[in-house]
Amino acid sequence: MRQMIDVFSENVRLDELGSRLIVRGLVLGVLGTGAALAFSMLVRQDQFERFAWAYLLNFAFVVSLGLGALFWTLVQHVTRAGWSVVVRRLLEGVAAGTLTLAVVLVLPLLAMIPRLYFWADPETRAADPLLAHKLDWLSYGAVSARLVAYVLIWAAMALWLHRTSVAQDESGDPQLTLRLERHSAWMLFVFALTVTFASFDLLMSLDAHWFSTIFGVYYFSGCALGSMALLAVLAFWVQRRGRISHAITVEHYHDIGKLTFGFVVFWAYIAFSQYMLIWYANLPEETAWMIRRQQAPWVWVSLVLIFGHFFVPFLGLLSRVPKRQPAVLAAFGVYLLAMHWIDLFWLVMPEFGRHGHGAHAGPWFSVIDLLLLIGLGGFAVAAVAHRLRGAALVPLRDPRLPESLTFENA
Amino acid sequence: MGGQRRLWGLYVRLDEVPELIDAAEVVRDAGYTRWDCHTPFPVHGLNEAMGLRLTRLPLVVFAAGAVGAIAGLAMQWWMNAVDYPLIISGKPFFSLPANIPIVFEMTILFAAITAFVGMLAFNGLPRHHHPLFAVDEFRAATDDKFFIVIEADDPRFDENAARQLLGRFGEVREVWE
Repeated sequence: MRQMIDVFSENVRLDELGSRLIVRGLVLGVLGTGAALAFSMLVRQDQFERFAWAYLLNFAFVVSLGLGALFWTLVQHVTRAGWSVVVRRLLEGVAAGTLTLAVVLVLPLLAMIPRLYFWADPETRAADPLLAHKLDWLSYGAVSARLVAYVLIWAAMALWLHRTSVAQDESGDPQLTLRLERHSAWMLFVFALTVTFASFDLLMSLDAHWFSTIFGVYYFSGCALGSMALLAVLAFWVQRRGRISHAITVEHYHDIGKLTFGFVVFWAYIAFSQYMLIWYANLPEETAWMIRRQQAPWVWVSLVLIFGHFFVPFLGLLSRVPKRQPAVLAAFGVYLLAMHWIDLFWLVMPEFGRHGHGAHAGPWFSVIDLLLLIGLGGFAVAAVAHRLRGAALVPLRDPRLPESLTFENA
Repeated sequence: MGGQRRLWGLYVRLDEVPELIDAAEVVRDAGYTRWDCHTPFPVHGLNEAMGLRLTRLPLVVFAAGAVGAIAGLAMQWWMNAVDYPLIISGKPFFSLPANIPIVFEMTILFAAITAFVGMLAFNGLPRHHHPLFAVDEFRAATDDKFFIVIEADDPRFDENAARQLLGRFGEVREVWE
């Protein structure tokens, strides 16, 4: 029998650690973004062509982690989950931090639309018969308006979930839990629709001739997996820094590990489902997208994903042992976040330089991609640290907190 | 009923979970191996108190899953590429993407059946009868009482020693074959 832990005797606040993280995140953000700008201006001299693509890639990466955290928060409320209460505030912080940041980050993206999407090019629009019936949906105004709407909806949902939960720390009102549960149900529908269409608009329309109805689910699987991996890393990190050292136990890591493992399989299942239907039907406008990724150099990235994004974590996390070793699980978390980034890289970059920018085509990898990962990642760290610093790291007066503190896997 | 009745084991009845945990630790430390706790609901921490090892079932299931995957692949290779080659949608006779769903299903099938049968094999179920069922009082094990039973065929079983050990926790009673 596990003894109940007294959370109020624990260090549940980031305090100066959070402030330091905000400063470091901002410094990394400015340095990374500045270096990316300088590199694309001075070395590549391609009028920010690659910069725009790297920006899209890393925007999709940062936002995916926030969306995954939003999804997991909603699911905990809808299922009235008891086990997860001690880690839920971390998810709420990641969602609120990155998704409010996305409201700002989306603005430069709107300006970059003409550099990213060939459907935005007036000549292509006039001449391309395959685009003719998509012109209303894929127009500069329509896509911009939708992108802004998506990020506003996400930020509003994430902020409301975070604020309501934090308000309960003060009032201890169990009605707030019921309200969170009630509203999470319809929010999940909104989440599913907005994520699906955002993935269509942001990523799938890079090759506007191509289409895959499962594409939204594919992007979602990366969101859910990436944010669960991030949660393992984040929980391990705050505990290493002496915060909530007793409230999160091996039992919680075990469950985080199970969900991570489950979504490793889910990602592979969806990726293969998408591949196999296209491979089997063998229709020209569908296969082109896959064939690009089966030729050098992209075939190597594809193989890295098959083995590194599926087989390695599948075999590595299959057993009970690694899931109950917080350090091992956190290491897998870092590894899976890297794989998730490569997965998005694989979605975005094979389309770079294919349409109308012949002079700027290739290379398949640029240092700008990583510089902007540091840049946007740094801003995201600062935004999340800001949310986490503003409240306790655990929902102190959640009615299910005792259940979570004494939780054990059978 | 005539004939000889042979002692099957000794049991003691307990009322509370903490008593059960304490008693289980004592029986564990006394070195018994053929003994068990019966509770009306799952008791966290009892595994450790009883000193139960983790089951080896996962290893067997993993092996069965691997065998299923290989069998699924080999079956399709034999059927499609060797025994009865048919051109389907212009694809190669032996083409991995088309085979993966079957490989997946065979992996699950072998692993799931092995998990189910292996679980029954390891825990010795199903069985039609158990000597404890003859004890009226044992019905409370599904209601609100806890039982610790030491079987007479435990290699370390000595009736007097076992009586003394269990006697520390309550009144010791016999179970007959």
